[in-house]
Amino acid sequence: MKRITTAALSVVLLAAATAGCTNDGGGSTPSGSTNVPGVTDTEIVVGTHMPLTGPAAGGYSKIAPATKAYFDYVNANGGVHGRKITYKIKDDGYNPANTQTVVRELVLQDKVFAILNGLGTPTHTGVLDFLKTNRVPDLFVASGSRSWNQADKYPGTFGFNPDYTVEGKILGTYIKENLAGKKTCFLGQDDDFGRDSLEGVQKILGPVAAKESYVTSNPNVGPQMGALKAAGCEVVVLATVPGFTALSIGTAAKIAFKPQFVVSNVGADPTTVGKTLGAAAPLMEGLVAANYLPLNTDEANPWIQLFKKVNAEHNGNAEFDNNIVYGMSVGYLFVQALQSAGKDLTREKITEAVQKNGFQGPGLVPLRFSAQDHSGYAGEQLTKVENGKAVYFGTPYTTDDGDGPVTAYQGQAVTPPQSGVPTA
Amino acid sequence: MTAIEARPETGAKALPEAKRRRRVHPVIVIAAAAVLVVVLTYVLPPFRNYQLATVGAYFCVTAGLTVLTGLNGQLSLGHGALMATGAYTLALTQNKWENLPVSFAAAVLVTTLLGAIIGLAAARLRGPYLAGLTLAVAIVVPSVTSTFDETFNSDQGLSVYLNPPPEQYPMEQWQAWLCWSAALVVVLLLALLVRGRFGRDLRAVRDDETAAKLAGINIARTQVLAFVVSAACAGVSGALFAYLAQSVSPGAFPLTLSLFLVMAIVIGGLGSLFGALWGALLLVVLPTLSQSLGEQAGSQRLEGNLALIVFGVVLVVVMLAAPGGLASIPSRISRLIRRNR
Repeated sequence: MKRITTAALSVVLLAAATAGCTNDGGGSTPSGSTNVPGVTDTEIVVGTHMPLTGPAAGGYSKIAPATKAYFDYVNANGGVHGRKITYKIKDDGYNPANTQTVVRELVLQDKVFAILNGLGTPTHTGVLDFLKTNRVPDLFVASGSRSWNQADKYPGTFGFNPDYTVEGKILGTYIKENLAGKKTCFLGQDDDFGRDSLEGVQKILGPVAAKESYVTSNPNVGPQMGALKAAGCEVVVLATVPGFTALSIGTAAKIAFKPQFVVSNVGADPTTVGKTLGAAAPLMEGLVAANYLPLNTDEANPWIQLFKKVNAEHNGNAEFDNNIVYGMSVGYLFVQALQSAGKDLTREKITEAVQKNGFQGPGLVPLRFSAQDHSGYAGEQLTKVENGKAVYFGTPYTTDDGDGPVTAYQGQAVTPPQSGVPTA
Repeated sequence: MTAIEARPETGAKALPEAKRRRRVHPVIVIAAAAVLVVVLTYVLPPFRNYQLATVGAYFCVTAGLTVLTGLNGQLSLGHGALMATGAYTLALTQNKWENLPVSFAAAVLVTTLLGAIIGLAAARLRGPYLAGLTLAVAIVVPSVTSTFDETFNSDQGLSVYLNPPPEQYPMEQWQAWLCWSAALVVVLLLALLVRGRFGRDLRAVRDDETAAKLAGINIARTQVLAFVVSAACAGVSGALFAYLAQSVSPGAFPLTLSLFLVMAIVIGGLGSLFGALWGALLLVVLPTLSQSLGEQAGSQRLEGNLALIVFGVVLVVVMLAAPGGLASIPSRISRLIRRNR
């Protein structure tokens, strides 16, 4: 009898366990009169996937909490059209398999209205089809891959960062105008980030003298820096994440290799890189990079004043770096989109509102959104590290990811509204 | 699924003849399980269906691993890498020919071949040396993907081209059916395999190699076969994961996955296919549980690491309370009742 009892017991236990799982969900929000997932008369639920732990968490784990802090600030000021924003943050550890699970959990169980600012090229690529078939708006993806800009194939997906090719063209233009005749080389991540960036650089400069790549799973760039030194490079463009920017600069210094580093905005936040370098942080002096949002150290900037206030009130006064500026800028843009979509919020209306564009926010250059173009910011301005702080110089540039020219942008930056919350 | 005895129960107290005859045939258990799964897929909401599918995918590899480790006594820390082999093969063949059955077959075939190669080497190694070899296999995977980055696309990995399921079935239900069909077939084959002569050989080699050799069992062949069989199961599992995630990358098959698999079959009950099922269930439930624990505690930073802690605590508790694993609990209870009667 024992065997049968065992079998029967196990089946019952399994059923009970699974049934238990069904009941403990409890995340589904009752829909209001509009019957839109995640939207009631008093609440809008949105979700995101971020690496809060794991190899990519350094710096990036501060983004989603900063966005949430901005939403808390908006909620404390009455919300959007009377609705409070709830932001559900799920940790995927930068692992695509986890991303699949947590995004399904957000969409199918927590019934979120939209996915906002999901981070990472490999992670987010895997959920594009799932979000499309479920008609979930996939707003402002946190990565500069050109994959987000496929309006025909993925009508609900929109980018935020400038494309890595756009950035590469702008960094290339800087080198062409200021470091002409110097031997230029390239070190990039072995994925879309590095490849797209290199393509942009070479569109402007032609073939680089030497190119190397690295993978995040192998934290040693000794061979690469050695090869670049041997090739006699005078300028090295880095398409690296913060940890590897620090590693590259440190390794170069160790082998007495002192080129001019020109770094992608993704890996150039001086606070994050400086912390990794520790006592060697002064090596960053003179580093050229690009950005498209106000800089965390620019105390006079009204956006920074606003974000610092929000950070103090709603983010536990976390160390104020450019990741926080980024996260709050995303939050600001989303609130703008919600305002523009109107009181009767639906998924179609928010997509239309984003395509209509016309948002003016912290960004130095305009966003490019239209029915055909779903890529994010149109360009960047260059920064240089002076006395441990990045400062802007010159004017912002805009360009496209094709063969379009790189042109100086003359438009003026706007100031935030008095309340800190955008209006319709 | 009931065919295998857990290790602590074998040995001194052999089963009485009468009890042996009353065993339920695996085909019946599998048929019942199939009915249960189909019912569950209609009852459960979509996200639970997806989790159910994931349990099915894990079940393939834990079942194979429990045969290797629990019944044959070979410890493998490289089954995550074998899963990766299956997953990458599926991705490459699927993106080339877009024929899912062919891709699945290719995935199993390639993984089995790799399993045979490792198994041949493994048959000469014992205990920690074997663990070391398989550990090396687990670590090599990311380097392979970055060395041959034109084929494997480095850390970013490959996306898997898939046709959507027929209109009338929701995606998650379809995934659960596919994963569980594969899992039940795998488990049925394993159950049939280990209840016969092969199973006896496996156990004999595990318990005493010299005695087994004297009894005329070819030790090396048994060990290699056990490795090949469990590698094939890992291949199926990896292919299912590629199908579920629609993408393959080295990050999805880290060293911790291999360690989690070993931990799961130990908690579930080493050497029992029911234990493998418990293990598969835990691999899905525990991370989710630890995440919601982390959320309730208000910490967003700990979640990823919390899963490890929860796993460790469960391991300690289960080993103290039920050394035979979760699968041994029902029989322990019934033994207790009988003793008190």
